[in-house]
Amino acid sequence: MTRRRFLQGALSASAFVRCVAKVPLFAKTAGNVAPGSVAPSIDATAFHPSIFLGIQADGTVLIVAHRTEMGNGVRTSLPRIVADELDADWSRVEVIQGDGDERYGSQDTDGSHSVREFFDTLRETGATARLMLVRAAAQQWGVPEAQCVADPAHVVSHKASNRTIGYGELAALAAKQPVPKKEELKLKSPSEWRYIGKPAPGYDVTDVCAGKPLFGMDVRVDGMLYAAIAHPPVLGGKVKSVDDSATLKFKGVKQTIPIDPFTPPHHFQPLGGVAVIADNTWSAFKGRDALKIEWDNGEHAVYNSPDYKKQLQETARQPGKVVHKIGDPDVEFSKGGKVIEAEYYAPHLAHASMEPPAAVADVQGEKVIVWSPTQNPQGVQEEVAKKLGLKKENVTCHVTFLGGGFGRKSKPDYAVEAAVLSKTTGKPVKVVWSREDDIKFDYFHSVAAMYIKAAVDDKGMPKAWLQRSVFPPISSTFDKDAVYGSDGEMSLGWNVIPFDVPNFRSENGKAVNHVRIGWLRSVANIYHAFAVQSFANELAYAANRDPYDYLLALIGSGHVIDVKQPADVAAKYPYDTTRLRHVAQLAAEKANWGKKKSGNGWGMGIAVHRSFLTYVASVVEVEVDNSGAVRIPNVYTAVDAGIVANPDMVISQFQGAAVFGTSIARTGEITATNGVIDQSNFHNYPVARMNDAPVYVDVQIVESQAPPAGVGEPGVPPFVPALCNAIYAATGKRVRELPLTRNGLF
Amino acid sequence: MVHLKVNGSVQAFDGDPDMPLLWYLRDILGFTGTKFGCGMALCGACTVLEDGKAIRSCSTQMKQLEGHEITTIEGISTHGPHAVQKAWAAVNVPQCGYCQTGQIMQAISLLSSKPHPTDADIDDEMSGNICRCGTYQRIRAAIKEAAKERARSQS
Repeated sequence: MTRRRFLQGALSASAFVRCVAKVPLFAKTAGNVAPGSVAPSIDATAFHPSIFLGIQADGTVLIVAHRTEMGNGVRTSLPRIVADELDADWSRVEVIQGDGDERYGSQDTDGSHSVREFFDTLRETGATARLMLVRAAAQQWGVPEAQCVADPAHVVSHKASNRTIGYGELAALAAKQPVPKKEELKLKSPSEWRYIGKPAPGYDVTDVCAGKPLFGMDVRVDGMLYAAIAHPPVLGGKVKSVDDSATLKFKGVKQTIPIDPFTPPHHFQPLGGVAVIADNTWSAFKGRDALKIEWDNGEHAVYNSPDYKKQLQETARQPGKVVHKIGDPDVEFSKGGKVIEAEYYAPHLAHASMEPPAAVADVQGEKVIVWSPTQNPQGVQEEVAKKLGLKKENVTCHVTFLGGGFGRKSKPDYAVEAAVLSKTTGKPVKVVWSREDDIKFDYFHSVAAMYIKAAVDDKGMPKAWLQRSVFPPISSTFDKDAVYGSDGEMSLGWNVIPFDVPNFRSENGKAVNHVRIGWLRSVANIYHAFAVQSFANELAYAANRDPYDYLLALIGSGHVIDVKQPADVAAKYPYDTTRLRHVAQLAAEKANWGKKKSGNGWGMGIAVHRSFLTYVASVVEVEVDNSGAVRIPNVYTAVDAGIVANPDMVISQFQGAAVFGTSIARTGEITATNGVIDQSNFHNYPVARMNDAPVYVDVQIVESQAPPAGVGEPGVPPFVPALCNAIYAATGKRVRELPLTRNGLF
Repeated sequence: MVHLKVNGSVQAFDGDPDMPLLWYLRDILGFTGTKFGCGMALCGACTVLEDGKAIRSCSTQMKQLEGHEITTIEGISTHGPHAVQKAWAAVNVPQCGYCQTGQIMQAISLLSSKPHPTDADIDDEMSGNICRCGTYQRIRAAIKEAAKERARSQS
């Protein structure tokens, strides 16, 4: 029953009832929602002190997961925070997926901030309800509130009289209690936590393994048409002419519909092109292949990756815009001492989540219902409303599970396409992107060139450090003239480094975008950490020192450093290099660092990085054979993320980050020729598979009472340089350009 | 007309004989547990069993299936969760979960031919199935768990 009810929240009961009528087998195969059943709603419960929480008379506790599940575990971790303070029995909790609704606050599930941003709010939600239940029991029994406790779970007890009463029985009376002020709440101490910090399996694991229709790609609505879209091969391209005669001859194809090109900047607007509407996905794809379109490719047809790379590298060699300065590195550089410099390069990446973008929209007059795998449901509401000239509140966005997101599904262009096509056809339309669409028309992770130079003393420690990065910025997606990295991108591992260097300057150079630039799991940290942590390793070898010892010396004894965080963030999350040092020590210890001599094709590499407020160290072990094949038998990761809601999920995230990092480092490369993306599917954009992924990833979580920080992304940045540093230790080959395949390695 | 069995039920298909099994399962029969990932047999998200052996449904045309028996993820748990599904849950394998039905079907196929797979067997059989979340370590553990559980239940 619990699981059956869930989907009504995620995908709406009415849609299911309707598709059951049309597709009889669906009811049998899906089996999640009985026709005519009513979706549970917080508002319909006997006691609902918050939009996040309701308690039914039968004791069932409904908790809203208002953020997106995409493997990050939020449908487990967030409700368990509420359940903990509520002293609820987890087995009696039903999780409801929140629709897009600004009352929840931010639903942008990116930037690794689900737990960190909502930890306090969700605890207070649970504690508020608990207090009201306790007061209701006290009132019913006519005893002082102080004598009543929520213990065991789901029950209020009066120990003196040996009486207990369940939450369900109390719900109606609790609803009549005044909502307590925040000052009246008594949050539990960490030692009293039932769920926070305790490992738990995913709430949906059984349904996921059963293949239930949880994902956006799985949504089926009665009368729904399927659409595949021929997008302009070059960003900003337009249709010159289209011949759809062959397309329209295919069985199953209904019609073709032009989609307007966007008005720059492209933002989250559809790319434009020609849609093929059919009664199944296959016919839509086949019909699309048969379109004969002549394109006007526009200004971005000049984009050729080899030339562009040279431009970026040239820019990185010239003085750029100063981002941050400590002391005066130029004075040291002019002294004529030993100077070490290096250049690094990292290409574009595509997200390539396993579920390509897909969305269903049903436009009914002034109202629109969208079912979408989205990291940004309020963004879906906004963009659909803007495109169709409607009010945002007239757009309902049901959030499905995501078959991976990694930042791609924060951008709702594909949901807008579905809405445009539904409006044109007058029917619900499902837009399905093929893998080729997904890779060729992504919001790409930025290509970047970095230059770093250091003046070192006679012990090889840097006295001055200059670093310059150049990349087309994410802001170019929102402002077509943007050419410099934003403060946000600079804060991702570039404006300040966590090393004891008296003279330092970070710079950023100009770069013009020719494709859509977006954020991908850990964003600019990827190339910034690659450069900084590789360079630190180069300095260690130049100083003839053990890279781990040298790294600790660079970090220094540990203190709070100013990394230009906003004041409120800096107050709650000061950057304390003691914690960075500690994770380095923990990972190295676990890896038995230094016990075995590197060389002859075996080596270990280490890197550290703090991102999304979490301190991470990676030690990667490699075996490299004579052909250049790189095997990764072990990875040792140490993580200090403050309080963690669900440690098992955190372990999963860091295991996965090592695999994601392997894909980036080994083969991740998107290039363009005359503005057209060269890659299209997993044969020419390979990602890590079981036989080339790290075999074993150890994850140590530092026990901490510091406020919770991010866990979805921070595992990626240090992994890549740790791997490259390990390759250097094993082979003497320095990887300054990603991916490994550009270095005779694979 | 193509006659085949899907999850034990007899089906007759008179549509485009070139249509991949994947889209017949998903769009026509509504078995959406079988996933679309690449359309080129590169990722394994669409894995189903044909006469008990794993195939890629995205690259298997309907005209190839006359007289064959197809089992999808929806067809393996009619009498409660399959041992492989139980192992997957016990190890808490999934992150996003999108590829996991294909992984589970592939693992069932593996265990039917090799009840006690070595690490190398697992690598060989499972490396056609991509998991972008990177759950490979847990998939390996779950396969071993399922093999152990099966041996226990048969002893």
